[in-house]
Amino acid sequence: MADFKIHLLVCGGTKCRSSLSTILTEQLRTEIKNQGLDDYAQVVTTGCFGFCEKGPVIKIIPDHTIYTKVKPDDAEEIVTEHIVKVRKVNRLLYKDPKTDKIITDARGMEIYKKQIRIALRNCGMIDPESIEEYVARDGYAALGKALTSMTPEETIQVIKLSGLRGRGGAGFLTGLKWELTRQTHGDEKYVVCNADEGDPGAFMDRSILEGDPHSVIEAMAINGYCTGASQGLVYIRAEYPLAIERLKKAIQQAREYGMLGEDIFSTGFNFDISIRYGAGAFVCGEETALIHSMEGGRGEPTMKPPFPSVKGYLGKPTNVNNVETLANVPVIINKGHEWFSSIGTERSKGTKVFALAGKVNNVGLIEVPMGITLREVIFEIGGGIKNDKKFKGIQIGGPSGGCLTEKHLDVPIDYDSLVDAGAMMGSGGMIIMDEDDCMVDVAKYFLDFTVDESCGKCTPCRIGNKRLHELLVNITKGNGTEEDIERLINLASVIKDTSLCMLGQSAPNPVLSTLENFREEYHTHIHDKKCPAGVCKDLMKYEIVPENCVGCTACARACPVGAITGERKEIHIIDQSLCIKCGACMDRCKFNAVIIN
Amino acid sequence: MSRIKVELKKKDVDTIKEICRSFNNNPDELINVLHTTQHAFGYLPAEIQEVVARELRIAVAKVYGVVTFYSFFSMVPKGRNPISVCTGTACYVRGAENVLSEFRKELNIDVGETTPDGRFSISCLRCIGACGLAPVVMVGEKTYGRVSPEMVRDIIREYEDQ
Ligand SMILES: Cc1cc2nc3c(=O)[nH]c(=O)nc-3n(C[C@H](O)[C@H](O)[C@H](O)COP(=O)(O)O)c2cc1C
Ligand code: SF4
Ligand code: SF4
Ligand code: SF4
Ligand code: FES
Ligand code: FES
Repeated sequence: MADFKIHLLVCGGTKCRSSLSTILTEQLRTEIKNQGLDDYAQVVTTGCFGFCEKGPVIKIIPDHTIYTKVKPDDAEEIVTEHIVKVRKVNRLLYKDPKTDKIITDARGMEIYKKQIRIALRNCGMIDPESIEEYVARDGYAALGKALTSMTPEETIQVIKLSGLRGRGGAGFLTGLKWELTRQTHGDEKYVVCNADEGDPGAFMDRSILEGDPHSVIEAMAINGYCTGASQGLVYIRAEYPLAIERLKKAIQQAREYGMLGEDIFSTGFNFDISIRYGAGAFVCGEETALIHSMEGGRGEPTMKPPFPSVKGYLGKPTNVNNVETLANVPVIINKGHEWFSSIGTERSKGTKVFALAGKVNNVGLIEVPMGITLREVIFEIGGGIKNDKKFKGIQIGGPSGGCLTEKHLDVPIDYDSLVDAGAMMGSGGMIIMDEDDCMVDVAKYFLDFTVDESCGKCTPCRIGNKRLHELLVNITKGNGTEEDIERLINLASVIKDTSLCMLGQSAPNPVLSTLENFREEYHTHIHDKKCPAGVCKDLMKYEIVPENCVGCTACARACPVGAITGERKEIHIIDQSLCIKCGACMDRCKFNAVIIN
Repeated sequence: MSRIKVELKKKDVDTIKEICRSFNNNPDELINVLHTTQHAFGYLPAEIQEVVARELRIAVAKVYGVVTFYSFFSMVPKGRNPISVCTGTACYVRGAENVLSEFRKELNIDVGETTPDGRFSISCLRCIGACGLAPVVMVGEKTYGRVSPEMVRDIIREYEDQ
């Protein structure tokens, strides 16, 4: 960055932009100009800080001040106070949700203390639309190093020794995959970046592409050099307009700077990247389906082997890697494999980015070393459960993953321990649930998703999952029987064994893990016809407590189906056979006489 | 399902041809062609699919197969103010279902439908990556965060005369 003394980093991630960060940026620039500080302070729009709930967020360098929930109208005060008078604007400073203490230096924040930023190293630090800023932070140095001083084999060796495993879900050793693609003979080869990110509730890859697109471009070029490909393709969801825009700009800039195109670094190496769009089908994240989609067809998975490394896009050897996997590559080449493999656990090296969401205080993106425990993530980085409620479960790995509970809080987060515990790393979604969430309903939700997203090619997945879903619907309606649990388990194991792709094979996971960890909740639904969390509508009963009812008639007038009867000044009664459980009566009653039972 | 027949004007056919040509009439680019075409027309009725198939020299069935496979493509026109409710996991656990049913009730249409006056349509999205603001609703390009059922009526009112 240039000679400015002060940098105001304004988050330009999707969430902050949706809460007016663009107007704020304008206001800050105007204010700085008005006060004649053009040469002194600079406003930079960056990618997500991982703080999204408190957006728009501004970080001021060099003193590491973080201001949250900043409104465009606050621009003047920030410039006058913080920059001119060097006084922090207390009311905008971040408050620790647990201690209520104001935090003046972001480095002291619980949420950052346990994090190590490798894949996210530039997110929130640089202007993603400026290749100069990327270069100033060692950008394209790894590509230069590999091209000019390392052979492809040596480069692959570094990635192999680093222990980097795929972050897209399967956890395959990245260096090994590159080697396989290199060793397969082909007149043409392709490098594909999987930016489909279909897990509902995950946004790691999008944040990397929005906040640091060049790191992915650089890694793809290195990958091309190693595998012998000269064409790169990014398969990205059409639902990510900002990431697409930034990626397009970055590719253009990289071409202008000679980092893409012909004869890169005067080494005779040619490489260029084009973009392909997904169109809203979760299964297209699966690599064989993704390749069919890029070829213009329906995104239906096919049997592996042959793996894409052998026979991929247009039948040629194709190396498919996830966005986050790629974002790690340049740093590993720059800093060496020993450095990378010193972070993490025995078999899971480096860090993992997670999207923390649901009922925790600090919602956002985090990057933590492998091996950290769930407890540290939820209660230290995540700041604990919202509104001091009780922690109930955490869904890791999205619709293919599992739901873990209190007894798993000390499980280290790495590929193998998570599988042993009955979940999986997946792409990095972490949804935290509290006592108000019903686990049968959660299992039903994920099944609903997979049923919707199943491509329909094979029967166990297309029909089996539908039957699983029906069984769960029955249970949440109060029509379940004890035998249904047996049926769920049997059907689930058949689906797991006989589906063609991982979508079908992993679809029953949420059901199995909730059955394992929350069996008594299923029983309560089946035998007592009750939903302890109060989520399953069909099991709820609205009732009027006679002692509290004063007979004001408000509820009867509000009821859309006329289910409530009673004379003025007399106790009212709900006819359960008519009630549609809309809750209107409860909202209307000023005397707390309507309760849910 | 009854369907209104769409009459394509010569100008429209030319637009589609132009789009196909910009992708060198290459059938491998079908998805990109459909993206661009939907962007131009708002939706992809059968008549448009027929022209695309002709231009790319592939079967209409193949085009239809692709259009129906991907949820991003729509064969019915959306409302002038398309409402998308995020039903991703984070939004779901924070009450997106209730928000969705409130929209359905207020507008008297179901997911995937458009109001008779063409003003609103409802669809579901899966995570727009704003989970921190869950539950999230989008109307056109505008995002609303932390939406509660009580806010639904006010959101609709904002677009009442559009
Ligand atoms: C149903 C399904 C969905 C998937 N979705 C994604 C995805 O959205 N992004 C991704 O990178 N990998 C996804 N994968 C994993 C890919 O098939 C593939 O393993 C990955 O892109 C390889 O890259 P990596 O080795 O760098 O992880 C998915 C797999 C399945 C079975
Ligand atoms: S398991 Fe499901 S998604 Fe995968 S190929 Fe079979 S039907 Fe399609
Ligand atoms: S609104 Fe409450 S107090 Fe009034 S009649 Fe109904 S239940 Fe009784
Ligand atoms: S919940 Fe709705 S339908 Fe049932 S009694 Fe109350 S107002 Fe009537
Ligand atoms: S989008 Fe601004 S902090 Fe995440
Ligand atoms: S789940 Fe709704 S924005 Fe992510």
